[in-house]
Amino acid sequence: MNAIEVGNLVKKYPGFKLDNVSFQLPKGYIMGLVGDNGAGKSTTMKLIMNSIKRDSGIVKVLGCDNTSKSFVNVKEEIGVVLDEALFPEVLNAKQVNNIMKHTYKNWDEDRFFGYMDRFSLPLDKAFKDYSRGMKMKLSISVALSHKSKLLILDEPTSGLDPIVRDEILDILNEFTRDEENSILISSHITGDLEKICDYVAFLHKGKLVLCEEKDAILYKYGVVHATKSEFELVPKNAIVSKRETPYGIDALVFRQKTPKTVKVEKPTIEDIFVFMHKYREENYK
Amino acid sequence: MLDMFFIDVYTDNTVYIRYIQLRMKAMHISISNTSEMPIYEQIYNQIKAQIMQGILLEGEALPSIRSLAKDLRISVITTKRAYDELEKDGFIYTVLGKGCFVSKRNMDLIREAHLKEIEEYMKKIIELGSVIDLSQEEIIEMFNIMYEVEKE
Repeated sequence: MNAIEVGNLVKKYPGFKLDNVSFQLPKGYIMGLVGDNGAGKSTTMKLIMNSIKRDSGIVKVLGCDNTSKSFVNVKEEIGVVLDEALFPEVLNAKQVNNIMKHTYKNWDEDRFFGYMDRFSLPLDKAFKDYSRGMKMKLSISVALSHKSKLLILDEPTSGLDPIVRDEILDILNEFTRDEENSILISSHITGDLEKICDYVAFLHKGKLVLCEEKDAILYKYGVVHATKSEFELVPKNAIVSKRETPYGIDALVFRQKTPKTVKVEKPTIEDIFVFMHKYREENYK
Repeated sequence: MLDMFFIDVYTDNTVYIRYIQLRMKAMHISISNTSEMPIYEQIYNQIKAQIMQGILLEGEALPSIRSLAKDLRISVITTKRAYDELEKDGFIYTVLGKGCFVSKRNMDLIREAHLKEIEEYMKKIIELGSVIDLSQEEIIEMFNIMYEVEKE
């Protein structure tokens, strides 16, 4: 079964169009949405939650069409975290717990306080006095404390220090130890996604450019750093895009089509993304 | 599950993991992110080697796909592919709902596979030898010397 099914999703704004986006996130897996600012990551997530209305297409979450009436019940099983945590400023964690107890049918108080403890979050401190990292940890704790089966996380690690980010990735990793649980996460810190995702989807200017298994992508592409004469050994159909400097050429290539005599390095998701968009556009200008 | 506990050490680019089994034999897996070898192949090779060397015994449980993936911090799909390959090649079998176990070792099959691999290497030796005009006798002599040295 799929945790999320998106088919031919379209949403138009003045100056922006989310264009025919389709993908599936199978249950039990983590998918990372990668994209530059304004690529449509947040729009996609909001459309999945039906918090903004789609123009056309299909969205099914945990098997349920998100415009149907029963979606209200499905929402109980979805934990959503936006990049800005939004709780009333004066509330402390204990009060947040009280509110959530009456919001979610499956609110698990023990689990919530367990996370508070694990993250060493002070219970009596008002939300406005929390640091950015603490705010994010509190939102994630809330998202995880109502027996969620699906987490939708919009930039949960942006603006946080490496240790907190790693801690959050650990929690997400642990969450998906249960094969019922799935995560859709967006970030422009591609390194974070590379660490935890099973699938990666690239969004660019409202279009889904690539949606594949992460390790398959990393193995399909390679990075070549070569001098101009060395680079002549690489056939044209192997080159995805390249960047020329006075000293040589850096290029993203298809590993299989590149001759063994050329040294191909393992790319990062960031390499692939930047080469696919930035330099490709420059190449075709 | 037989894994009682594990120790994992993160170095720069390698995740290292050790499952200690009940009879205190450890299953080791280390994943290098900088290696040219795909991650599923790294897992496949290491588990296969430990089965062949008798570190993992017939009938012994392997860590579940999901827990191995999460412990190593790698993709579940990749881990599943490694297990699928191991199963396809007859090294492990799956019991639905229970997990993966080490198969009874079919020595003939393993021997056959190794013979094939040795043949491949020999073919390469002949190819390389012909590039520098090495005669059959010279290759055999080289091999005999190497053999002596290695066996000592």
